[in-house]
Amino acid sequence: MRSLGLVWLSLRLGVLNALQYRVDFFIQLFQSVIGLGTALAAIAVVFSQTDELGGWTRDELVALVGVFFLVGGLVNVVIRPSMERLMEGVRLGTLDFTLTKPADAQILVSTRQVDVWRLVDVVLGSVVIVIAITRLGERVGVEHATAFGLVLIAGMAIIYSFLLVLATLAFWLVRLENILVIFATMYEAGRWPVGLYPPWLRLALTVVVPVAFAITVPVETLVGRLEPATLVTTVVLAVVFLVGSRWFWKFGLRHYTGASA
Amino acid sequence: MPELGRLRAVYAAKFRAEIALQFAYRGSLVIWLLGLLIQPIVYLVVWTTVARSQGGAVGGFRAGDFAAYFTMLMIVNQLTFTWHFLEFEWRIRNGFFSPLLLRPIHPAHNDVAENLTFKLLTFTVVVPVAVFLLISFGATFETQAWQVAAFVPALVLAMALRFTFEWTLALAAFWITRTGALNQAYFVAMLFFSGQVAPLALMPAVVQAIATLLPFRWMVSFPVETALGRLGPTEVLVGYGAQLAWIAAAVILLRVVWRAGIRRYSAVGA
Repeated sequence: MRSLGLVWLSLRLGVLNALQYRVDFFIQLFQSVIGLGTALAAIAVVFSQTDELGGWTRDELVALVGVFFLVGGLVNVVIRPSMERLMEGVRLGTLDFTLTKPADAQILVSTRQVDVWRLVDVVLGSVVIVIAITRLGERVGVEHATAFGLVLIAGMAIIYSFLLVLATLAFWLVRLENILVIFATMYEAGRWPVGLYPPWLRLALTVVVPVAFAITVPVETLVGRLEPATLVTTVVLAVVFLVGSRWFWKFGLRHYTGASA
Repeated sequence: MPELGRLRAVYAAKFRAEIALQFAYRGSLVIWLLGLLIQPIVYLVVWTTVARSQGGAVGGFRAGDFAAYFTMLMIVNQLTFTWHFLEFEWRIRNGFFSPLLLRPIHPAHNDVAENLTFKLLTFTVVVPVAVFLLISFGATFETQAWQVAAFVPALVLAMALRFTFEWTLALAAFWITRTGALNQAYFVAMLFFSGQVAPLALMPAVVQAIATLLPFRWMVSFPVETALGRLGPTEVLVGYGAQLAWIAAAVILLRVVWRAGIRRYSAVGA
């Protein structure tokens, strides 16, 4: 309960901070709308030449774009900025102040920085998903939608754990800001179903950078194409990732000596 | 020509400094390499899938043609792209523009030298990536010898055009303090009108017509189409003409905007 309260407090502070810069909202809105329009236009171009893409219909790909924006937005609202701040904290020694607080350090560093205007992506993504679901019609049953929600949460947990592990590496390799760019680059490939890619890249997008679990797998669940085994695997994997990344974070923390002290 | 001799000395010095600088950031280069590899693969894979589902070819492109197209696109993109318009806001906001203005040489020379050095260095990485893509995706070319020769001037003109145009775009930072949205709009235009999402031949007729009138096709798509052997002699000559006309327009625009912008510029943080 106390942890939840802390998360809420961090997020509220972030929102208050962002409200000082309201013009940023309109800039973000403009950029997000353009980004979404681009993604949908690219799908339109592809489907002007074909009726299906590797077994995916147009509406399924629209749903994929929605999830791409939703998950990307969630990552960019709190996870990525907080991880960037964590790495900066390790480099500058400001992490000391966080560690001395009488609360769970992982929760504190994970919600430290909020880029609230990126919520625009979350909202736009959700709208696109709803539109796609309406167009898919009766193919999306209640059980599919429930499983979709479950897999989406599992996918987010996997992505969060992955980014936490990347950021924790900063305890050993201090100058590492660019490592998060690797994730952003690989994430771009998630705009399309990972099944399209050649085996080596598909493997990389599943195992090395787990983009597949956050985007392709949830949409497959939504359209009822996912086998129950994959669903169970995803959830189990999420738990393994969460436990593993927490262990790694604690292990890394023991190597932290403080840069300023 | 003492002027030219001096300019050459300036460029030589800039080359040496840039090479040292780039070697200091090897880690960033590796990440940049990853992006270089992923980008062409995404649309290459999408269009190859479309070609297969349409019985092997779509709009005259077979799977091997797409491999050739997107690999050449990567090479041309890599040789023509500039990043200065992404840096100008930061340059002006933090006052880094002032020292450049104090030098007895136009700041554009600084960026041309920076640009050429970066490309010279990174081309050593681009070549193996291109070879990997061409082989692993089974690229096919129908290029004749004259088209290979015609590709060279098309590429050089494209480099000049894109640099002049994007450097002029960068000058918008003299008036607008936040250029992110403008730059993104530019990226989107580039994406659809220069053949990044799909070869222009696969685009709707309206888009193709607009693309012919706008400069973007002449910055990227035209050299790629030439290298793939998809253009006849007349089309290549018309293309050179369009490139030269756009370069002339961009140079004039650059000079006008530069004069007006430099008067507006007041150093920040100096």
